Amino acid sequence: MAVADPQVELVGPSRRERGRVADFVVRLFRDKPLGAAGGTVFMLFLIAGALAGLLAPRGINDIDLVNRFHPPSWEFLLGTDRLGRDMLSRILFGARLSVIVGFCAAGLSTVISVVLGGLSGYLGGRFDMAVQRLVDAWMVFPGLVLLIVVISVVGPGLTQIIVVLALLYGVGGSRIIRGSVVSAREHTYIHAAQSLGAGTPFILWRHILPNIMPVIIVLFTTRVGACILSEAGLAFLGLGIPPPAPTWGSMLSGSARTYMYLGPWLALIPGICLTVVVYSINVFGDALRDLLDPRMRGIR
Amino acid sequence: MRAYILRRLLALGPTLLFASLIVFLAVRLIPGDVIDLMLSQNDISTGQDRERLAAALGLDQPMPTQYLRWVGHALTGDLGRSLWQNTPVTEQILDRLPISFELGLLALVIALTFAIPIGVYSAIRQDTVGDYLTRSFSILMLAMPSFWLGTLVMVFPSVWWRWSPPLEYVAFFENPLANLSQMIVPAIILGLAMSAVTMRMTRTMMLEVLRQDYIRTARAKGLSEWLVVTRHALRNGLIPVVTLVGLQAPLLIGGAVIMEQIFVIPGMGLLLLEAVSQRDYPIISGVFLVVGLSVLLINLAVDLSYGLLDPNVRYR
Repeated sequence: MAVADPQVELVGPSRRERGRVADFVVRLFRDKPLGAAGGTVFMLFLIAGALAGLLAPRGINDIDLVNRFHPPSWEFLLGTDRLGRDMLSRILFGARLSVIVGFCAAGLSTVISVVLGGLSGYLGGRFDMAVQRLVDAWMVFPGLVLLIVVISVVGPGLTQIIVVLALLYGVGGSRIIRGSVVSAREHTYIHAAQSLGAGTPFILWRHILPNIMPVIIVLFTTRVGACILSEAGLAFLGLGIPPPAPTWGSMLSGSARTYMYLGPWLALIPGICLTVVVYSINVFGDALRDLLDPRMRGIR
Repeated sequence: MRAYILRRLLALGPTLLFASLIVFLAVRLIPGDVIDLMLSQNDISTGQDRERLAAALGLDQPMPTQYLRWVGHALTGDLGRSLWQNTPVTEQILDRLPISFELGLLALVIALTFAIPIGVYSAIRQDTVGDYLTRSFSILMLAMPSFWLGTLVMVFPSVWWRWSPPLEYVAFFENPLANLSQMIVPAIILGLAMSAVTMRMTRTMMLEVLRQDYIRTARAKGLSEWLVVTRHALRNGLIPVVTLVGLQAPLLIGGAVIMEQIFVIPGMGLLLLEAVSQRDYPIISGVFLVVGLSVLLINLAVDLSYGLLDPNVRYR
């Protein structure tokens, strides 16, 4: 079947695909200016995180005791902290850590959601019942409390945090995926594929997955923001990536707070960064959702 | 009605079973031995200590036996003893629970008094400047981490005016005023974060309800706009909002952990954090279980309250 029209097969899909993406970006900027602005800010933040090594004017752990608590100035754009470390450099590397945690945890959580929700929704029956009761039980626990308990047992660290965040959001998000799989399952072409003798993995991969792609994209986008915030919350409680890693959350945490009275900008800058980044991801996610999948409006 | 409540309670069974398994396994099935971890943390490591500790924790028994014993004790209200103070965990939790409950309730009241009127206003004046302002504000509140707001409240008034929120906890029944003045700031921060979601939901639901035929009928009858909005629209629009409030219970409890830490309020959150820093596992799993149970009960209460709000809901 794939070779029925070789010409289309050769030049068609990739060009059409590119056209669709370009169209989408144009629509995003025209219909959802705020969302597009959010997306742009988010891209800048990604680039800043990726190029932190090039952009940072100083080393993140360069101690300069002469210039302790130096307020923001031309020499130190965002000031210095209690050890004279340059805040701009630390913020840039903090952005990198946030990007890593946000993307890895959100990506992994989306995979978990898709596998769990996809199987549960498509197979239905007893399997679905059992999985859903488990998800019910999982969602009874407040995210942060669950994170605190599990991190307290496995110990803090980048990998642990990513895995635990992914599990936390992955199990919860499987509900949303399940919902869309259940409605996609009832389409006529699924029944057609079934009666042609297509196997379950094939149907899930070729028919269900493309159908729920918008939901997956939106879920992933909103999860990136949620994961970044959760990681910051954990770091704030001293359960994040251990020091001297410059995470935004740990810059606001208890031990750092004692010095903020001497340098109030130390309290402002990481918080503003967190707020701006999460705000832009949220408005970008909202815009994506409105354009890709209007049914999901109101889901957070 | 009675049958519905009974069925709802029965449905709690499997959820409770799984939830208790999660609590049990969270602390026990993690890679590495809990006892090794505790011994290395506490600088005691003779073989005898090891065995005694294992026996005290019941870890020398096979896993299913451990689970059954733990559940059996939990059912009678016995959550074990703290590894450090050797006091019953249940007692400690009961000491702390009312404090967290007060904080949560205050935050909830604040959230709703902000969110519902503003959400309704935003819906009635759709696409006006006021609507945009309140909506932007609510998305902003979603993005602003509550621990940052808390930090700002601690740092800036003290830098500018040499004032900081009172940090010595006073029990409500000892001195209600002093207690409230301490609780109000964290409650406002928690409430604001929660009101953002509720506000959005109220607005969306009101917009939907206001387009219904019966609203047009009510207006056509010549009812005042006030009556249409409060009597006809709001009551129907509020049902999903109530569900949302139930769904936010975990958020409220999670956020309370951070607020209790910043403002030194000795509630469940602080108990959990103290237990985590001391690796006091019986307390950790006790708090974990009680928190989960509270969320379950809140959601049950929310489900049952539908009948009061919506006469259409007949408990079948």
